[in-house]
Amino acid sequence: MAEGMLTFSPDDRYNAFLRTVSPARYGEGRLRGIPVAIKDNISTAGIETTCGSRILSGYVPPYDATVVSLLKKEGAAIVGKTNMDEFGMGSTTENSAFGPTKNPRDETRVPGGSSGGSAAAVAAGLVPLALGTDTGGSIRCPAAFCGIVGLKPTYGRVSRYGLVAYANSLEQIGPMAADVAHANLLMSVIAGHDPKDSTSLDAPYSHTPSMEIRGTRIGIPEEFFGEGVDPRVASVVWDAISLLERKGAEIITCRMPSMAYALAAYYVTCMSEASSNLARYDGVRYGPPADVRKPWHEAFQERRREGFGLEVRRRIMIGTFALSSGYYGKYYAKAQAARRNVREDFGRLFAEVDVIAGPTMPTVAFRFGEKSDPLAMYLSDILTVPANLAGVPAISVPCGKVEGLPVGLQIMGRWMEDERVIDVAYAYEQGANP
Amino acid sequence: MNVIVGLEIHCQLDTKTKLFCGCSTDYRTDGPNTHVCPVCLGLPGSLPVLNRKAVEYALRVAKALHCTVPEESVFSRKNYFYPDLNKGFQITQYDKPLAVSGYLDIEGDEGEKRVRITRVHMEEDPGRLVHKGGADRPRYSLVDYNRAGIPLIEIVTEPDLRSPREARRFLNKLRATLEYLGVFDSEKEGSLRVDANISIEGSERVEIKNITSYKGVEKALTFEVTRQKNALRRGQKIVRETRHFVEARGVTTSARSKEMEQDYRYFPEPDLCPLRVADWVDGIVLPELPDARRQRFMDQYGLSLIHARTLTGDLRLAEFYEKVAGTDPALAATWVADTLLGELNYRDMSISSVPPDVFSGLLSLVRARVITDRNGVDVLRVLLDELKEKGTCESPEACAERLGLRALPADSAGGDDPVTKAAREALAENPRAVEDYRNGRKEALNFLVGQVMRKTRGCAKPADVNRVLASLLGEGA
Ligand SMILES: [Zn+2]
Repeated sequence: MAEGMLTFSPDDRYNAFLRTVSPARYGEGRLRGIPVAIKDNISTAGIETTCGSRILSGYVPPYDATVVSLLKKEGAAIVGKTNMDEFGMGSTTENSAFGPTKNPRDETRVPGGSSGGSAAAVAAGLVPLALGTDTGGSIRCPAAFCGIVGLKPTYGRVSRYGLVAYANSLEQIGPMAADVAHANLLMSVIAGHDPKDSTSLDAPYSHTPSMEIRGTRIGIPEEFFGEGVDPRVASVVWDAISLLERKGAEIITCRMPSMAYALAAYYVTCMSEASSNLARYDGVRYGPPADVRKPWHEAFQERRREGFGLEVRRRIMIGTFALSSGYYGKYYAKAQAARRNVREDFGRLFAEVDVIAGPTMPTVAFRFGEKSDPLAMYLSDILTVPANLAGVPAISVPCGKVEGLPVGLQIMGRWMEDERVIDVAYAYEQGANP
Repeated sequence: MNVIVGLEIHCQLDTKTKLFCGCSTDYRTDGPNTHVCPVCLGLPGSLPVLNRKAVEYALRVAKALHCTVPEESVFSRKNYFYPDLNKGFQITQYDKPLAVSGYLDIEGDEGEKRVRITRVHMEEDPGRLVHKGGADRPRYSLVDYNRAGIPLIEIVTEPDLRSPREARRFLNKLRATLEYLGVFDSEKEGSLRVDANISIEGSERVEIKNITSYKGVEKALTFEVTRQKNALRRGQKIVRETRHFVEARGVTTSARSKEMEQDYRYFPEPDLCPLRVADWVDGIVLPELPDARRQRFMDQYGLSLIHARTLTGDLRLAEFYEKVAGTDPALAATWVADTLLGELNYRDMSISSVPPDVFSGLLSLVRARVITDRNGVDVLRVLLDELKEKGTCESPEACAERLGLRALPADSAGGDDPVTKAAREALAENPRAVEDYRNGRKEALNFLVGQVMRKTRGCAKPADVNRVLASLLGEGA
């Protein structure tokens, strides 16, 4: 019996899923019959894919993203599409056009974002595995807030073909799971070269996690424990780092001066790219059609005004401004220069240490509405965006709690050393839960 | 008042597949939206993968135009909204083009001239709008994405051209060069589009957008020269603006000034890696190009410069000529360049619709004097009409036979051949001319030759008529 059908009827009181598939077809392979949830910005043939946006409601892709094909090839059952901040723009999943997702650890709080639906689905035990996407922390933030494991792979290690673009040069699809071993398994299925993605690397991922970290040098940048980081969170993370030291790792404090510009470089880059990526949603091809009785430019404007949410419109407008002639040099070009600085900082540090560790998020999960000021929301990404700017792998692994809410330990590695990042996270996880 | 013209030429590269996906480029005879996939439809999540062949083709052009290929070139996004634009941006090259600083030598208004090429870059064609319910006030428009993603190169010249005629000559030379390179098919509809910048020295520059035919470029520029010169004579200022060429009326009209303000917000395409192909250029072996072939035609076939230039000005024509040159290249050159081209033009036909063996057959008949030159032209006309109508034609022999255009024999011993008979009749009917001739008025002979030709419906060879008449007139003396 090569194929089968899986009935999937989760008790989704958290609004983790935008839609579920039941029964879900599955086949032979390493993930035979395992239910996997897919973030709604990853194309699934025959299953509506909205990116949490009204402007894409009703859009059913005619093709599978490469990662979805790979999952099917290994026998996984694609059981549903998970909620997210519209087009990935947010850190709470409150920006979904289809209502927020609740954090299964505390339903009065956000699950983080933008892959909040995937994180909640795993944390609530609805699925063992889920795919998220990470542009500036969108896998790691909800993983930390919901108390699960989330890996942002090295840029290029997982194909982006079929991932609806928000900020192409920053984002990666990555695994989310309850523990490191499962994240590692999912990573081994989705990673590898894809000729359909010109930025894809030819580096298959086949790894068995090892908890042996003796002699591993772990860099701790001062900036990761600076202003804005909740001291209670910092303290939990320091405890985790001490555990790694006891396991034989060498702890080296260091500095990352480029952190001062990282957030600005990140937001200018992602908003600029987004303003271009989202131009195709004009009412001609997707979602509710543009009003054909009006001149096309008026109809486009109307469709876009009504179809996009507030945060998306804000980012499109800022991105459009940053790319406009006369401002390009001041914003976009400068952001790219700052990005090079971040990369150089990582390069310098990685000459002396093997991984860099710190908190994933400066605080625990917010209450709903707590970050209504967009700037306050942007600031919460400060610890996750450097890895995206540099294209290096980074993982968030649960490392304790503050007032009952999960805290994530973030471990960043050298370019292409996803395996080492997994090992350090695994060593912590196994050490903390013997 | 000096005219200054620069051109931006967009040509579709004749690759088998599109620039960023595997869809076929052979869409012209198929229904709308049949040559599409997630990539060229710009579906969410799809990613471009650069067509290696298209890069090779573009590099061939760069090399033939003597350009420098920089170490690195970059694809950028040109952002604007339009219903035919699948992604809301076009992937093109901006500040780091594929090739820069080349030139092309042309036959200018004052002899051989070097036109500098600023840059050559690659980009994708957008889709196409099909307007329904009248061109002027369409009721609605449909979008066809078959064309979306067809590889284009844009070739930009320096403002080195000095007249509309020079601009046309440049275009013809460029077209020939691209066709010799095997990267372009000028016969495909919409395969070439031109934007022209034109100014009268000392005043503002006007851009004429989207001229879609070779003849259109010269027409549009000629109209602009007149318009601008007249305006200046009346003391008006030329406004810097974009104008559209209305092909049907042969005029340019002012486009809304809004288009001038368009800010394309270029930035590097994050889904494609920078292109590093400078070292491919050395490996490219260029085929024989128009100038070289022109020289060879003069050397190998002994052609005049004018014939050689005409015959090499178009790849298909040059190839056609080489197929029919045969044993009498001079005769073939005259027939192709002076006769056939004019007849084709008159019928709006292309050289590719003429089977070379049919034309060779005709040349053999003429060369063997089976038909006269004049009747050869008549046979050619009939054959071309047949080709135009049904794509095939009878053989030249059959045609000449059917029309009774075979040259008449004039050498029977008994004097009963048709030419001698006609000559006898002509002499008998025109005693005055005979007398005039005998009285020394030699031009009377021309009159008699004409009479014989008329009686033989042009099927007598002029040399035969002269000989027979001379002989008959001599007998009677
Ligand atoms: Zn295609």
